[in-house]
Amino acid sequence: MADTPAPRVRTLIHGLDALRRGQPGELRVTLAHPMENGLRHDGFGNVVPRSIVTRFECRLDGQLVFAADLYTAIAANPYLAFWLRAEGPGTLSFEWTGDWGFAHRETRAIAPA
Amino acid sequence: MRRRALALLPLLLAASVASADDTRRSGLQFMGPALQALQRDDAQNPAMLWVQDGDQLWRAPTGPGGKRCADCHGDAPRSMAGVAARYPAWDAARGGALNLAGRINACRQQHQQAAPLPTEHADLLALSAYLGLQSRGQPVSPPADAGLVALRKQGQVLWQQRLGQINLACLHCHDQRAGQRLGGAVIPQGHATGYPTYRLEWQGLGSLQRRLRGCVVGVRAEPWAADAPEWLALEAWLAQRAAGMPVETPAVRP
Repeated sequence: MADTPAPRVRTLIHGLDALRRGQPGELRVTLAHPMENGLRHDGFGNVVPRSIVTRFECRLDGQLVFAADLYTAIAANPYLAFWLRAEGPGTLSFEWTGDWGFAHRETRAIAPA
Repeated sequence: MRRRALALLPLLLAASVASADDTRRSGLQFMGPALQALQRDDAQNPAMLWVQDGDQLWRAPTGPGGKRCADCHGDAPRSMAGVAARYPAWDAARGGALNLAGRINACRQQHQQAAPLPTEHADLLALSAYLGLQSRGQPVSPPADAGLVALRKQGQVLWQQRLGQINLACLHCHDQRAGQRLGGAVIPQGHATGYPTYRLEWQGLGSLQRRLRGCVVGVRAEPWAADAPEWLALEAWLAQRAAGMPVETPAVRP
C-alpha cells in the first residue's frame, strides 16, 4: 500500500431530499471502512487483526428507526439501504460503531415536503 | 453535484450503443445487471467516496502558498469538463507525455510547490476520480501530438509482446479471447475507459497502472518499476484503442 494520511471518516448519505411527509422513502448510506475480517495475513505472515463495523443505527429525533448488525462477511465500504417514513421535520442521526473503539456519527436535518 | 451527474446518465447510456458496426464493448457490458446498477447509480457507487474527497481536495489550500486547485482552474464541473478524456496528453514544456495523475502531480510541484503524491496515494486517486467524473459520458479523445503517436506505437508493441512464464501478450486474452472465461471471470476487451476504477477485488479505488500490474503479474512476468515509461506507453495505446468510447469514470468492476 502507498502511504496514506490518517484516514478521514468518509460517508455518503443519499435520499434525504426525496423524502415526502408521511410517505416511505429510501435512504442509502455508505461508510468508507476496510472491514478487515481478521483472517488475512500481511506480507510478513502476521494475521491482520479484525477491524470491522459491528453496528449501524439510524435515529430520528433520538428514536431508533433502523439498526443493523454487521459481520465479517460484509465487504469493505458497507452500503445499507432502508426505508424511512417521517411525519415532519426532524434530525436524523447515523451512527456506526465497530472494533477498536471505532465510532462515527453523522447528523442531518430533514424537512420532508 | 448528484443532480448534474444524473443528468449525464442518459448520455452515457446512449453513447455506449452509438455505432452498430463498432464491435468494441466496454467492460460494463461484460458485467451482470447488479454490478452495472452499482456503477450507474451514484447513490450506490462506492467510488463516490473518493469523488467526494476529490471535491474537497480541489478546494483545499495545498503547499506553502496555500494555493488551491480551484484558484487557477475555478469550478471543476465547468472548467474540467472533457479534460480527463484527452489524457495521456503531450506536455510541450517538458517534452514528454503525462497521464492525468502525472498532470496533477506536475501541477502540485509547479504551482503549489507541494511534493508529488506517490502512485495509488488516496488523494491522487481522489483527485483523478473527481476530474474523471467531469468527463463522464464524453468520448475518449486522444490528442494528435507527434510525441504521443510514437508513444502509442510503443504501447501497441507492448500490447502485442509476449510476457512472462505463461508467455501471453495482452492481445491473446483481450483481443482474441474477449467474452470467453478465465476461470470463473469473463474476459473483457480491456478498454480503459473508467479509471480510476472501484474494483470489488481490491475493495477500493485503483489506477490503471495497478490494473495493468495485476495482468503483468498474472502472466508471471516481473512488473516494470512504478515510474517506468512502459506503463505510460500502454496507457497511451489504450486511450487510442478506446477512442470515441464514453468515459465511465468512476467505474465499478468485479
